[in-house]
Parts: sequence; structure tokens; C-alpha cells
Amino acid sequence: MKRLSWFNIVALTLGFAFLYIPMLILIVYSFNASKLVTVWAGFSTRWYGELLRNEAFLDAAWVTLRVGVFSSTIATVLGTMAAFVMVRAGRFYGRTLFSGMIYAPLVMPEVITGLSLLLLFIAVGLERGVITIVLAHATFSMCYVSVVVSSRLATFDESLEQAALDLGCTPWDAFKSVTLPIIAPAVIAGWLLAFTLSLDDLVIASFTAGPSATTLPIKIFSSVRLGVSPEINALSTIIIGIVTVGVISASLISKRAIVRQRQDEQAAVG
Amino acid sequence: MLARRVLIGVPYLWLLVLFLVPFGIVLKIALSDYALSIPPYTPTMDFSQGWSGVKRFFAALDLENFWFLSEDDLYWKAYLSSLRIALISTFLTLLAGFPIAYAMARAPQEWRPALMMLVILPFWTSFLIRVYAWMGILSNEGFLNQALMGLGVIGTPLTLLNTDIAVYIGIVYTYLPFMILPVYATLERMDESLLEAAEDLGCSRLSAFWSVTFPLARPGMVAGCFLVFIPALGEFVIPSLLGGSGTLMIGKVLWEEFFANRDWPVASAVAIVLLLLLIVPIILFQRNEQKQREANR
Repeated sequence: MKRLSWFNIVALTLGFAFLYIPMLILIVYSFNASKLVTVWAGFSTRWYGELLRNEAFLDAAWVTLRVGVFSSTIATVLGTMAAFVMVRAGRFYGRTLFSGMIYAPLVMPEVITGLSLLLLFIAVGLERGVITIVLAHATFSMCYVSVVVSSRLATFDESLEQAALDLGCTPWDAFKSVTLPIIAPAVIAGWLLAFTLSLDDLVIASFTAGPSATTLPIKIFSSVRLGVSPEINALSTIIIGIVTVGVISASLISKRAIVRQRQDEQAAVG
Repeated sequence: MLARRVLIGVPYLWLLVLFLVPFGIVLKIALSDYALSIPPYTPTMDFSQGWSGVKRFFAALDLENFWFLSEDDLYWKAYLSSLRIALISTFLTLLAGFPIAYAMARAPQEWRPALMMLVILPFWTSFLIRVYAWMGILSNEGFLNQALMGLGVIGTPLTLLNTDIAVYIGIVYTYLPFMILPVYATLERMDESLLEAAEDLGCSRLSAFWSVTFPLARPGMVAGCFLVFIPALGEFVIPSLLGGSGTLMIGKVLWEEFFANRDWPVASAVAIVLLLLLIVPIILFQRNEQKQREANR
């Protein structure tokens, strides 16, 4: 095995220190007893307690969760359809416009997406609230889903589907029992990506949320503007914890799925 | 062929209504006049008067808001300073990201998935929280000043929070994964025997790096730079949390025009100009990607 040179060890250490120390400080100081965030006054879980008693934060968390689940589910259905259109549909009228609209939201500044959707909702007289945030989030995250799913579809062996059709499956059955299980990891990854994008979004939600619906990022942003607060540190720690557990378990599950798929393929060949 | 029509039609219609039409509306409002009404602009399309209403609507549109943008110093300064901040922070991200990507590509094979995971993990964590984390570090009584004063490097605290420097740090920190991943992808594919060949031919290690590794990593570096530059240009959260009142960025100006001044026509005009500013880098980025795909084939 090759040894890492000193330069590389230093680069990795400094790099990961830069990426992780700010978050570690946040986590450590969320257990600080003092209200002064930068002065350590002993270990305490006081701020977690205050957080759980804070109705406004709990309401915002509930709105965020609902928006996340609905918008990412819609985005996954639409994004998977769009991926099939991009990879399989061949030529059709307006294809260039379609692929333009799929890729454009990926590079569009959030302030513009937010502003334009808000102006649409006002123009058609849709009252702003949970529904408008769901529509907005579904629209920009479906494009991310379609990128993830279409990269999987592009490497998919279409003859498998053909075989199912030859054996008497209807196209829908073939999709359900052959195609979907094979692209499932990409679809799930797309859903997770859409869900985190939705949980994370401040700018688009601020434009499209009315006074009746406040999401967690909007709430965090408005209290953080006034300065650092221990409650927000506690909330951040909870979010970082959930994300870390989620990402690590998702990657372990997908690793196992890949291993199993390989075993199945070998068993089928042998 | 009904199934095919539904498959194409549903996402198409969705994007038309929720992506393309809103842009039409932004353009329309950018060409309208500010008014003290709800919604705060005129003219609004009035179909009840039939064709003459539509004609009057188009007659009332003009470029006034764009003239206003070009005459007011604030907007010029905001555009130029957004460009400057985005360029400088992209360069700094490249400086910070390249060594990390390089070291990852040289690390033993079995470490690499874990290292990749460590780079990707912050990307899944809330953007807002990652920016917020720096507020506590950079403030006057923050951790960085405490550490530097504790070490005796400085006597009085440095003013970092609410300056452009804090904005640079924030952008480098949040967008670093976007730089590391494409650079790592090109470096990992690189055939290391090329380096041995260069050294056998009498290159020093440094000149082998400059004449072999660096050019081979260029496509990844270009892709990474675009992935940082494009979103940084329209950034709102970082300048508003870490930047000061003197930090001008278009995203922030647009936000304030809309939410604080309630001037929708000017906010829409700012959005249109920001979009025009982004078109060139986006097209260049697409070309770079295309070239890469063809080269890999």
C-alpha cells in the first residue's frame, strides 16, 4: 500500500477541520448553560427543553415536515416521468424547450425563482400558504430528481423490459415489476434529495409563504438576524444529528442493495 | 399512444405553468410602472374591455425601470460588487478545494468512500445552519477572536463579522463540496503512470505536477468554478447574515426592493438583469460539460 505524503496528510487534516470544526463548535455550545453563547458556563440541556416548549418553533417544524413530504413526493413522481421523457421519449414537439426547463431551475438563483412564483400565485389569486410552498418546492426539486433518475435510466438495459413484454406483460406490469425495482435506488435517492432541499430552503419559501404558514428556515432566519442564540444552536444540533444518521444509514442501505443485486445477478447467470 | 402523451404532457404542463409563465409575469412587471395599489404596479391586464384593453396594456409597458437601474449608482455598484465577490470567492474556493481533492485522489483506495462521505455530509446539512455557525465564530467576542487573543497574536479583537471577508469565508465554506467533487473526479481517473513517465524523462516532481496533473485536472477545476460562481452571484443568505450594510449583492438588493421597499417593478427588473448576467457563465458551463462528455466517450 502506498503511503500518503506529508503534504496530503496536512491538506486532508486542514480541509476536514475547516469543514467540521464550525459545526462541532455549534454542537458543543448547544449544551452550554449560559445564555451568552460564546462563554462556557457548564453542561446543560436547558436550551433543548426551552426549544421543545417553544410553540412557534414546533408549529414551524410541523409545517416544514408536511411541506417536505408532499413536495418531495410530487417532485419524485414528476421528476421520474421527466427522466423517462428525457431518456426514452425520443423526438417530440418542443423537446428543446422541455430539456431547457428541466435544467434551468438547477442554475436559477433562488431569489428569481421565488419572486417569479410569488408573482404567479398573486396573478392567479391563489392564497399563499402551505399549498403554494408545496407547489414551489415540487417545481424546483423535480428537476433535481429527474437528473438523478435519468442518470440511472441511461445505463438501464432495455432488453429486460422487452423480455417482460414478450412474455406477455402489459407495459404497466413490465414497468412495475422490472423497471421500477431496478431504478428504485435512484428514485429513493431523488426523493431524499428533494426532501432535504425542501427542508433547507429559505429564500423560495419566504417568497411563497403567506403570513399563515412559517417554515423552520424562515423562523430560524428571522431569529438569527438578531444574533446568535443558544436555542438555535440546540435546534441546529438536532437537525445535524438527524441528517447525519439519515445520510449514513441511507448509504449503508444502498451499499447493501448493490451487493445483493450483484449476488442475484451472479446467481441468475450461474 | 395515450400513455406516451400523458408521460410527456404532465411534467411539460407543470413546468410551463410553474416555471415559464412566471418568467413572463416577471418580465411584464419589470416593464410596468410602480403604483400605490394592490398589487403595487400598473397596468394590469384587463380582458373585460376586450381588444382595446389588451392594446392599452401593451402600450403602457416601457423600459423605464431599466433606465432607472442604469441611472441609479446603487444598482451598478451592486452588480459590480456581486461579480467581484463571486469571482474572488470562487478563486479562494479553488485554492482551498484543490489540495483536498488532490489528497483524496492520492489516498488509499479503501479510504476513498469514507472521505467522499465526509465531503458530501455537510452538503446535506442545512445551508442556513452552516452559515449561521460562522456568526458565532467571527463575531467580535467570537471563537476566532478568543483563540487569537488567547494565543497573543492580536491585542484587540478583529472586526470580521459584517464585512466582505466574512462573506468570502461563508461562500468558501458552504460551496467547498461543489469544488472538491468535480476536481476529485478528474484527478481520480488520472493514470498515475503518466507521472512516473514524466519523472523518468527528467521532470522534477513539481514540474511533473504543473505539466501533467494540473492540465489533466483542468476540466474538473473549470466545472467546479462554475458550480461555485453561478450560485454565489445570486446569493442572498450569506451576504445578509455575514455581510455588513456595506456588502452589496444583487440577491440582497432584489430582496430588499421587494420586501422592504415593496417596489415590485424594480425588483423584477433587477431579476431580469441578474438573469442576463448569468446567461454567459451558464452557457460556458454547458459547453464545458458537453466537451467533457464527448471526451469521456
